[in-house]
Amino acid sequence: MTGASGYALRTEDLRKTYKSSRGDVPAVRGIDLAVGSGEFFGLLGPNGAGKSTTIGMLTTLVLPTGGRAWVAGLDVVADPVGVKRRIGVVTQNNTLDMQLTVAENLEFRSRFFGLSLREASRRAAQLLEVFGLADRRKAMSTDLSGGQAKRLLIARALVHRPDVLFLDEPTAGLDPQTRVNLWDILRVLHAEGQTILLTTHYMEEAEALCERIAVMDHGEVLASGTVNELKDGAGAETVITVRYEDAVPADLTARAGLAERPGVRKVEADGDYVRVFTREPDGVLGELVTAGSAAGLTVRDATQLKPSLETVFLTLTGREYRE
Amino acid sequence: MTTTTAAPAQVAESAGVASAADVAALIADAPVPRPTLLRTFSAMMAREFRVLRRNAVSTFTRAVMQPLLFVFVFAYVFPKIGGGFRLGGGTAAGAAVAGGVTFSTILVPGLMASMLLMQGIMAVTFPLVMEFSWQRTIEDRALAPVPIRVLAIQKITAGAVQAFVGACIVFPIVLLVHAPGQGPHVHVTSWPLLIFILAAASLLTSALGLLLGTVMDPRKMQMLFAVILLPATMLGCVYYPWAALHDIRWLQLLILINPMVYMSEGLRAVLTPVLPHMPMWAVLLALVGGTAVFGYLGTRTFTKRVLN
Repeated sequence: MTGASGYALRTEDLRKTYKSSRGDVPAVRGIDLAVGSGEFFGLLGPNGAGKSTTIGMLTTLVLPTGGRAWVAGLDVVADPVGVKRRIGVVTQNNTLDMQLTVAENLEFRSRFFGLSLREASRRAAQLLEVFGLADRRKAMSTDLSGGQAKRLLIARALVHRPDVLFLDEPTAGLDPQTRVNLWDILRVLHAEGQTILLTTHYMEEAEALCERIAVMDHGEVLASGTVNELKDGAGAETVITVRYEDAVPADLTARAGLAERPGVRKVEADGDYVRVFTREPDGVLGELVTAGSAAGLTVRDATQLKPSLETVFLTLTGREYRE
Repeated sequence: MTTTTAAPAQVAESAGVASAADVAALIADAPVPRPTLLRTFSAMMAREFRVLRRNAVSTFTRAVMQPLLFVFVFAYVFPKIGGGFRLGGGTAAGAAVAGGVTFSTILVPGLMASMLLMQGIMAVTFPLVMEFSWQRTIEDRALAPVPIRVLAIQKITAGAVQAFVGACIVFPIVLLVHAPGQGPHVHVTSWPLLIFILAAASLLTSALGLLLGTVMDPRKMQMLFAVILLPATMLGCVYYPWAALHDIRWLQLLILINPMVYMSEGLRAVLTPVLPHMPMWAVLLALVGGTAVFGYLGTRTFTKRVLN
């Protein structure tokens, strides 16, 4: 219980390595997270970053191969049943019971959590009303649209007022309108005090919803904090990238004196591009174009990213964010 | 915090879901979960029966067609089409017919055993393969507040109930469907023993179903028929008593690995004692031992598949 008290969720050097015929594949390489009660926390990273594995371990369905994790103060390995009682999980896949109707999905889940028949049907009716599914109560769950299925998944995760609500990529594959609707539902839940841990590979989703974010890649947490903290800490700079038609000569950036410009933190030149991280972006782009044409290079493509989670990711990993 | 409490009311409206007040009620009025092993287990069983009831027509058809067709062909068509048609010539079946025992008598225990296997596997293996593949809907119940092995035991129990009922359906069919004078001679020597054998056999096939459902590659489901169901049934003493195989000694010994043999023979011992059958101790040992082994292995592979 050492590191567990006072947090809704906590991990210490949590690890998962999958064994495969080609050797060990590390999916999560020792992460430390601490989420307070009532907090809306985001795990942000590209596909394959280890987010789903992390959620799997926290929800007891994936066994860690190292480190520890607690949810609601309970060790996920030592007391999986206790943890399952206290969590609601919205899986990435549509794991609705295909053999049951919409209402039955909620009723039986309620009964799995020990509610009586009457309590279960009352709770199901309430959830259907709130999630706008009352008119679909008798439909088979397979007949729902993607957005309706997602809402039912969320409703199902809430039958028993979980201490922590886990959402694994809740808006992946949904159309933009449905996504915005779901965001609104999650905001309401959070405002009512629900602790939420959400994974997403959409930068704007993490930025729009989460109070604190951990940026993950290749099984590690690269940085965590509020969106503003992250921007201040790692990605406060505007990132300007210019690609040329040909390879960049080694001395191009030195000749242009880019590194000496005020506000510039870093200048990268590799292959056919030059990238500048700077707090004072004005004029840098022009400078790069001029320096290029002086060296006989034609500009093929130029981007200028304002400070955002995307520049945070770029700064932390040196790679452009891939969704 | 005033802004965050005010905003949700508007967003909730625009989302087409209920107002923030309703959501607040959702959380404030949430029932306190009081799950116990028994409650969760019962709810999972209730879910199985709800699904069975919903699929009543297909469930019933599945359970009736096989015994109905078998009995129709063996106890009605065959006796009708040949005055000189002799089943099996010099075999024990033939001898039994000659000795005044109808073939339907031999068929009763065999068909029940065959139904146990079919139903046990249909009820457990097929749904399980679906639940593990594609969307992994198994996670729905894996997140219920019980240990994963309880979920495995629940699946075995639900499958066993279906196998049990499936086997019992054979009775009325064999008693009703036959050519004149070709009815089976059934004489229950011990009701408790009959029920015990049926229950043990149901659990065994259901546990086997769980094991197969967790180790089978879903893309190779056809293999289930070729490698498991067909050999188990054809070489499971369904159509002939085990003792009748004494002329093919190697086969008689080889099929002792087939759990079907003990189901057929055990039922033969309690239902149609006029026919030769295995000693009861061997039957009980095999059924209880087989259930334990398949149950243990199935629960283990199931837990491993759920928790990766």
